[in-house]
Amino acid sequence: MKDIALVLPEIVLLSLAGLILVVDLFVARNQKWFSYACGIGALLWTAVYVYAPAAPLDAVVPSSAFVGLVVVDGVATLLKLAILLSAAVALCYSWTYLRKHQLDNGEYVALVLFGALGMMVIASAASMLTAYLGLELLGLSMYALVALKRGDRTATEAAMKYFVLGALASGLLLFGMSIIYGATGSISLTAISAALGKANSTAVALGLIFIAAGVAFKLGVVPFHMWVPDVYQGAPTAVTLFLGTAPKVAAFALAYRLFGTGLTPAAQDWSVILAVIATLSVVLGNLVAVVQTNVKRMLAYSAVANMGFLLLGFVAGGQTGYAAALFYAIAYAITGLVSFGILVLLSGRGIEFEQIDDLRGLNARSPWYAFLMLLAMFSLAGIPPTIGFWAKLSVIEAIVGAGYTWIAVIAVLASLVGAFYYLRVVRVMYFADPTDAGIALPSRGATTLMSVNALAILVLGALPSSIMALCARVLQSS
Amino acid sequence: MLLSLSIWVPIVGGLAVLTTGNDKTPTMTRWLALFAAVAGFLVTIPLYTGFDSSTAALQFVENVAWIDRYKIRYFLGVDGISMWFVLLNSFTTILVVIAGWVVIEKQPAQYFAAFLIMSGLINGSFAAADAVLFYVFFEAMLIPMYLIIGIWGGPNRLYAAIKFFLYTLLGSLLMLVALLYLYNVTGGSFTITDFHKVPLARTPQLLLFFAFFMAFAVKVPMWPVHTWLPDAHVEAPTGGSVVLAAITLKLGAYGFLRFILPIVPDASRELAPFVVAISLIAIVYIGFVALVQTDMKKLVAYSSISHMGFVTLGFFLFVGPQGSALGIEGGLMQMISHGFVSAAMFLCIGVMYDRLHSRNIADYGGVANVMPKFAALMMLFGMANAGLPGTSGFIGEFTVTLAAVKQGMFWTAACAGLALILGAAYTLWMYKRVVFGSIGNDHVRNDMPDLSRREFWMLMLVAACVLGMGLYPAPFTEVMHKSVDALIAHVAQSKF
Repeated sequence: MKDIALVLPEIVLLSLAGLILVVDLFVARNQKWFSYACGIGALLWTAVYVYAPAAPLDAVVPSSAFVGLVVVDGVATLLKLAILLSAAVALCYSWTYLRKHQLDNGEYVALVLFGALGMMVIASAASMLTAYLGLELLGLSMYALVALKRGDRTATEAAMKYFVLGALASGLLLFGMSIIYGATGSISLTAISAALGKANSTAVALGLIFIAAGVAFKLGVVPFHMWVPDVYQGAPTAVTLFLGTAPKVAAFALAYRLFGTGLTPAAQDWSVILAVIATLSVVLGNLVAVVQTNVKRMLAYSAVANMGFLLLGFVAGGQTGYAAALFYAIAYAITGLVSFGILVLLSGRGIEFEQIDDLRGLNARSPWYAFLMLLAMFSLAGIPPTIGFWAKLSVIEAIVGAGYTWIAVIAVLASLVGAFYYLRVVRVMYFADPTDAGIALPSRGATTLMSVNALAILVLGALPSSIMALCARVLQSS
Repeated sequence: MLLSLSIWVPIVGGLAVLTTGNDKTPTMTRWLALFAAVAGFLVTIPLYTGFDSSTAALQFVENVAWIDRYKIRYFLGVDGISMWFVLLNSFTTILVVIAGWVVIEKQPAQYFAAFLIMSGLINGSFAAADAVLFYVFFEAMLIPMYLIIGIWGGPNRLYAAIKFFLYTLLGSLLMLVALLYLYNVTGGSFTITDFHKVPLARTPQLLLFFAFFMAFAVKVPMWPVHTWLPDAHVEAPTGGSVVLAAITLKLGAYGFLRFILPIVPDASRELAPFVVAISLIAIVYIGFVALVQTDMKKLVAYSSISHMGFVTLGFFLFVGPQGSALGIEGGLMQMISHGFVSAAMFLCIGVMYDRLHSRNIADYGGVANVMPKFAALMMLFGMANAGLPGTSGFIGEFTVTLAAVKQGMFWTAACAGLALILGAAYTLWMYKRVVFGSIGNDHVRNDMPDLSRREFWMLMLVAACVLGMGLYPAPFTEVMHKSVDALIAHVAQSKF
């Protein structure tokens, strides 16, 4: 029973997702808001189940269940909360967009819920198999979501590309995991951690390379980032919004569970691999983003760069590094919800926001939305006083502390390039005259939620102390 | 509490202007902005009246934990080096609000709010005693400035705005890495005075010098990283040019005294000839560049670079047989004076620009015939820019030159002296072409009424400061002595 109690949130979410799938069949075409409300409710209800037995988060005693397949600790709890909340917020933003594009069927809700479930499983993974299962559940939901707009060529192409490359990555990951299993004789991450020292080092190195490649694929970092821009651009913006936020938190979870707990004794080996991958992503992602004209594609390359930054936290390693990466993931999710969320909300009525130029003169049309977007852009660029600055500061502090000052210099110079294209969005919004097309503003409820979400960038930017400390403490207690 | 007020009164005022602003009937917005600016200035006055000039320690200290995880503190305090700049900045904000009073027609609420918020952020950087707090203010002020240049600027504003932003960001990002490095070296502290104490070997000192130098040399700006400044100045609206020239350039120079000299004294000593050399290049070469400008704003922008060359020159005259405070104090005087004079020059150009919408010297001529009051005031500012004794411009340049002679650097002093002649040449030549002579064209005759009451008092206010400082500089210098002496004593000790 204790085991069941530990995975109760997952069971709740699974049951509710299944229930919604069935209930949705009986909901009339023009009453679909009901399914959405149920979906948001399900996510929040699950969040209550996650939080209630765990509060306060930094005092969670790590406990494992199902013969060491699953672990519930402070990190898992915090990650699950972040995942559930950002998925719920993403669902709220998506509603008008999906209705306008006639994508407002119940499958969307169910797939988001299953995706969230997959991410929760990753967050709690205590064995390589669990991590893999969660990853596949997330992946399959995402493939279907990207392909949601059946008739659309680019969306189908994006989904196809995503699926093929994603399947390949899963193969690589599984291959690496089996090599590690061969070398250590266990799939449990704690057992691997204990046995790694005595294992055959060549086999371990080989396994690490495949695992790193698989993880890099899933995170979308150089040189395995090719799917990212196409998928971000091709998918309906509402899907991009979901894809670009909660899964980034799950990406941290995956990397933390594999590298931060299971493979820690081999840190010397994988930190070199990750250092190269991360530095390349930060540099290349920022450079290529400069020439993009499609705002979703630009944000995709920005995501590549940001995931590189997140990985830099792992390169630094240790509690400091992981805490910095965790904080980075949360900060990025908050900012991503704003940047993609505004695109989704504004595309929900009136014209479609696809190109950077579509944002022309936004300040004249809606000063408030322009200001919120400005906050998101400066946060992504890492300019204080936004949360993005503190995220970058934590990661850079960690790598400087670990002695990689030159990587820090490369990373900040790449951020300078990054500032250029984020500022271009600001420039278009504020300095250009509006085009003829007017915009219809989102509903008051959506605007309020977005305002809270975006002002969090500023408020947490002014007072980041508590959330930073929380990230550090949950890692220590785990 | 005072320093917090000097930071947050303008910021809160700016937010109030932003939220209550009505762009169609901006009268209320203007008065509210002026009220916020004046209130922001009034709260800084006790910084001077209550200042204790018998100590070098930080005063009006506020020290609260801010971010525990990295031991970052909300640590404010001013000493003799920084105190005047808080006042100068708050004073300039009033000028900026008056200068933009009826002139800004496009989104005036956002305009005034941007300046007020920036004013608070600048006060924050001068008052910060914690490195990250300094950095946050230092970077955050780029956002309003970027918007000011980009929204209300001239035709080429997009280019100028992004160039300004990226140039400054390049320097400050390297500084961020330097700060984090020092954080690790000190064993976990971001307090600037802890950075001052930490011993450092030669190589790290040189690298740190480079990182800080990039940040502050760009901001000053020093030759050869000055190229953003003419663009930014020319394209920015009058208020933007005033704040850029009068205040933000000073932040760069201030960084030299707060960070570079005390944190890496050995590297500073080793590289002092290098800095002196590029300062001289700035003074002389940029002086010649200013001579050939046809655009008034560009001319004053180049003259700013040349004048700021005196500041960096003075700072790095601390090495030598007569290791004395004279150079640094001269540099500081030059900073304050240039704050008044460059603000005044840009305001004057703004006054003319508002009438003819041209910055070209050739489009004017004989302005004195139609605007006698204006011509008289601009004459005073032109003289101050040229460094005439009796105006504030003289004090700083004279002191720095004197310091160079005292250090036995005759040729340095001679070059700097040459620049005084150059300064007179380009300023007065421009003045002659614009103001004197017969009326240049019909536009000048018909479209240039003399100063309005608002403009007259705005310029009179600066004129009083320029003359007051020139005739009686003691209030400015006496607060500096202790702090500068302590700095010199600190820098004299090796950190190896």
